[in-house]
Amino acid sequence: MKFIVSVKQVPARDSSLRVSSDGKWLDESDITYEMNEPDAYALEEALQLKEKLGGEVVVLCAGPARAAQTIREALAKGADRAIHVQIEETGTLDALATARLLAKAVQAEAADLILTGLQSDDLGYGQTGVILAELLGYAHATIVMEVEPQGNTVRVKRELEDGWFQNVLLPLPAVVTVQSGIKKLRYATLMGIKKAKTKEVKTVAAAQLGGDKTPGSVMANIYMPQRSKQTQMLSGDAKQVAQQLVEKLKFEARVL
Amino acid sequence: MSVLVVLEQRGGKWNRMSFEALTAGQKIAQIFGVPLQAAVIGSGIESLAKEAAGYGASKVFAVDHELLAKYTPDGYTAALEQLIKAANPKAVIFPHTYQVRDFAPKLATRFSNALISDVVEIKDDAGKAAFVRQLFQGKLSCDVQAAGEPAFVSVQAGAFRGAEAAANESGPVEAFAPQIEASQIRSKPEEPFREAQRSVDLGAAEFIVSVGRGIKEKDNLPVVEALASALGAELAASRPICDNGWLPMERQVGSSGQTVAPKVYFAVGISGAIQHLVGMKGSKTVVAINKDENAPIFETADYGVVGDLFEVVPALVDEIKKAKA
Repeated sequence: MKFIVSVKQVPARDSSLRVSSDGKWLDESDITYEMNEPDAYALEEALQLKEKLGGEVVVLCAGPARAAQTIREALAKGADRAIHVQIEETGTLDALATARLLAKAVQAEAADLILTGLQSDDLGYGQTGVILAELLGYAHATIVMEVEPQGNTVRVKRELEDGWFQNVLLPLPAVVTVQSGIKKLRYATLMGIKKAKTKEVKTVAAAQLGGDKTPGSVMANIYMPQRSKQTQMLSGDAKQVAQQLVEKLKFEARVL
Repeated sequence: MSVLVVLEQRGGKWNRMSFEALTAGQKIAQIFGVPLQAAVIGSGIESLAKEAAGYGASKVFAVDHELLAKYTPDGYTAALEQLIKAANPKAVIFPHTYQVRDFAPKLATRFSNALISDVVEIKDDAGKAAFVRQLFQGKLSCDVQAAGEPAFVSVQAGAFRGAEAAANESGPVEAFAPQIEASQIRSKPEEPFREAQRSVDLGAAEFIVSVGRGIKEKDNLPVVEALASALGAELAASRPICDNGWLPMERQVGSSGQTVAPKVYFAVGISGAIQHLVGMKGSKTVVAINKDENAPIFETADYGVVGDLFEVVPALVDEIKKAKA
């Protein structure tokens, strides 16, 4: 089977984020980047499916030049080759515009199954996979916990709210968005890192793909959230804050 | 022109977030100066549509077809595409449920538009609506404007108060019969199911000590277990801890886990992603301990401590023991 995994490079989880002076995006000067964690789980699922069923895992990534590092990581973990759609925008391209580029880049690949994370840790729209399916004319399922290809179909276990689940049968080709945590993530081995250097990365400029770049929505301005609640911040050494906290819980909140 | 709110039901029962979406829809309708309409989708949903008509919408569409009895993204998208083309609303509003996440992006794409998802606030920007979304798991906020019409918007659980039935007032119900063929529906859903019955009911707990990524590894869990036992609290966790298998899934608080409302909720090493906050924001008092002063959990906390949990928590255990002695 041919598996395509769509991954995004996002600011690392523990980055301290500062809004850029124009209020449109981040000051990227001291941010480090990593593979979007939900996408890492999609990659893991694809690699395990390939190990079980055979075939090929192709990594697909739309991002600026720096995203090459995330693509190398995916190749080092075991993906066979990659397609890098190079875009100018560093983080603000919305799900619709991104999915349009991705759809154009993979149309000719004729994948059996496209996997991606259920959302990105940066913009968090949670839509790229679903839009990609619609643009390619594929069936899809979201928030998937298990993926079981059966002939020309795939049976997936979807997570619903409040502890409910549902199995759904989809015809192939299909797109699934994968829930985080479904399998244990692997680390790249030294051998894998070495091998990755020889694997094919096809770079396509977004402009070369053409197509509609009109976004579906406009991010007008970005800012630190306003506190909706009056939070009392306690300071001092560990013993001091512990004493203050117990005092507050006892006499102010009256819950101890 | 109108604002259309798409309500969600399963097996004849409302998803309560539908009424929060109605409140959000009301607000957007006021900004645009247009009437509010609602839609119910399914098979044999006439009585639900009548009930919905008592919640302040000027009209409720009963989108009824036997192929809509079970939710499928193909069926719902086809039906709503036809309704939206017929009703021509300025904006379409959804509750941000797992079901909406599954089909609304597909529907919006049919209109060359994107869903403005998981909105927490709506601002009136001189007759235009600005939709506030959270970025980076709540660390930043962003005002988003729709690029085209209709705007597609989903609203976060708990961000708006649920609409209440208006006394003695009820708008008309209009039947809408979409054209759908069985061959259009590609996915075959089976019956939803629940895994093993939960043995822990965090919803009833008065004290909860909840632990997140900040605990770093499973071997460090005794640090928070000591706090839970000093308080007589239930131990809970954010999703990554349960995903790693460090605590059982049934102890997870959040949109995919349990919803809790204890007297005191201790969030230890939890950054406070949206998915976690929706599960615990009903807590009476929230205490947050986190090393990152910008962690969104501090937005929700009554008492916040910026510090190393491995120092603060043991000190807190000592003080609680003293206070209880």
